[in-house]
Amino acid sequence: MSWIRATLQPLAAVFVALALSGVLLAMLGADVGLAFGALLGGAFGDALAFENTLVRAVPLLLVGLGISCAFRCGIWNIGGEGQLYIGALAATVLSTRLLSDAPGWILLPLTLGSGALAGGLWGGIAAALKVGRGVSEVLSTILLNFIAVLGVAYAVQGPLQEFSNAYPQSDSFPEAARLALFPGTHRVHTGLIPALLLPGLLWMLMFRSAAGLRLRAVGLSPEAARYAGISPERETIRVLLLSGAFAGLAGAIEVSGVTGRLFENLSSGYGFTAIAVALLARLHPVGVIPAALFFAALASGSGAMQRVAGVPSVTVQVIEALVIFLSAGFALPRSER
Amino acid sequence: MDGAMFAFALSVLRLSTPLGIAAMGELVAERAGVLNIGIEGMMLGGAFAAYAVATASGSVLLAICVAGLSGAILASVFAFFVLERRADPIVCGTALNIFALGATGTANRWLFPPDVVFQTAPQAMDLLPGVNAFAVLAIVLVIAVAYFLNSTRTGLEIRAVGERAEAAHSQGVPVMRLRWMSTLFGGLCAGLAGAALVLWISDSFVEGMTSGRGFIALSLVLFGGYRPLRIVAGALLFGGASALQFRLQALGVDLPYNLLLMTPYVLTLIVLALFAGRVRAPADLAKPFQS
Repeated sequence: MSWIRATLQPLAAVFVALALSGVLLAMLGADVGLAFGALLGGAFGDALAFENTLVRAVPLLLVGLGISCAFRCGIWNIGGEGQLYIGALAATVLSTRLLSDAPGWILLPLTLGSGALAGGLWGGIAAALKVGRGVSEVLSTILLNFIAVLGVAYAVQGPLQEFSNAYPQSDSFPEAARLALFPGTHRVHTGLIPALLLPGLLWMLMFRSAAGLRLRAVGLSPEAARYAGISPERETIRVLLLSGAFAGLAGAIEVSGVTGRLFENLSSGYGFTAIAVALLARLHPVGVIPAALFFAALASGSGAMQRVAGVPSVTVQVIEALVIFLSAGFALPRSER
Repeated sequence: MDGAMFAFALSVLRLSTPLGIAAMGELVAERAGVLNIGIEGMMLGGAFAAYAVATASGSVLLAICVAGLSGAILASVFAFFVLERRADPIVCGTALNIFALGATGTANRWLFPPDVVFQTAPQAMDLLPGVNAFAVLAIVLVIAVAYFLNSTRTGLEIRAVGERAEAAHSQGVPVMRLRWMSTLFGGLCAGLAGAALVLWISDSFVEGMTSGRGFIALSLVLFGGYRPLRIVAGALLFGGASALQFRLQALGVDLPYNLLLMTPYVLTLIVLALFAGRVRAPADLAKPFQS
């Protein structure tokens, strides 16, 4: 009954992480009950709170999917944040500068597609450095995060800055490049649809196709895979392109569906939280859905926690880190990857 | 040397010092086979501890000690999961970095609410004109680590543990104890590097202020080929690049600010691309050990 274990262990990791952070908060003198109550209320308390949670779950889910397939291939892609920023940047260049007058039926797919392509190529830099020059993807993806974030900052203060030059942000997206909202909601955009379809597709790719088998074989043992005629180098390139494309798509959906323009601090760390999402999901594409919802709830409840109980919103990063530690140290022994 | 050149050289020394200190700790940890990508977080923890203690007590020495201790405490969390639970070091290092961001952010907003008047930390003293205590510490550390790894019994044992933990174990070398000690030493150095950031380079704590210096230190170990003096040369190169960037800004060179800020990361990537492939890491690096 491995699926029971696969469900119970992440739940236990979440429970222990929440309990530990409760103890830490109590030691700081916070009212733990009030804080957790506010967290829950801010995430699910009313329709708008729940909409907020759903909207935040979309990027976490998409980046988490990309990270989980990279990890399955034994590639430590820590670069989700940078890939997301580059995806958002490409989508912005395309829809506010290059093709701003194009009709919606062509502009919207191109906007999202350019984000995925750019994110994939940004991941591809790490792949090229690893395969070509032997540079660990851990370091290159981290360094590329800094470069991407600063690149966006440069773009919105310079070449992409809005027409009036008043704020460091891009022009707003033309209506045709924006994802529609679901009728009757205030914030929930149609980017939710690919976010709910892609886990199933990725599951088919990873577990029901030869391509997925090759990726997982390299993750289990590169030497054995090479012996079986699989090139770990080629799989490294493929999985980093794929992984980056998921994050880039997340960035494009974020600017097209939520903010409607590009600015600095677009992501609030989605790329890093997505690592926790992937691990809590035990690198399973479908498990990423509840894991993304959990971390999205933490993120959208953290504001209420700060307002009501005075617990800083950054505290949820402590909970995130504890979940990663517990998932990696107790729920996910090395032998099972 | 004229005044401007001297000021520039001092600035290079100042900006390379935290990189050199953190890299020496990482060097010892990696030589023992522990890949600690959590030094960024340990540096951040040290920086915050140094700021909090220095502003509260006014004692720079106490602040430095507590910063080193904080780095070591964070390293013990990392060591528990990686060494005892045999969890993946890259995942745990990432978790530690996120943990440090959240924990220092929480403590910072708790202890130093934004509406309270801005406090600056006292600065570490110059032992000679222009020669700061941290620079002396870094130089002593480099010499000590080089001597330790090359010429002491424990140093050689640590290198054996990093190369072939099984073989070292069968010779009676205490693998786990040496890996624990090396990891704690790495955390201690990262904490001290964080203290240098607050007590010498900046005078206050800003959330996320390490901004990748831990990862640059990690890269230095790699392209320094695990040799202390080459790592120092790398640290000076990066200190030089950062100093140059500030100098260009001060001179009003018309380059966008964000692109200038990008240079250390781009430079690190380029140097890694040039040298990383040729470096042979310790054979048992990042591999778990079970006796």
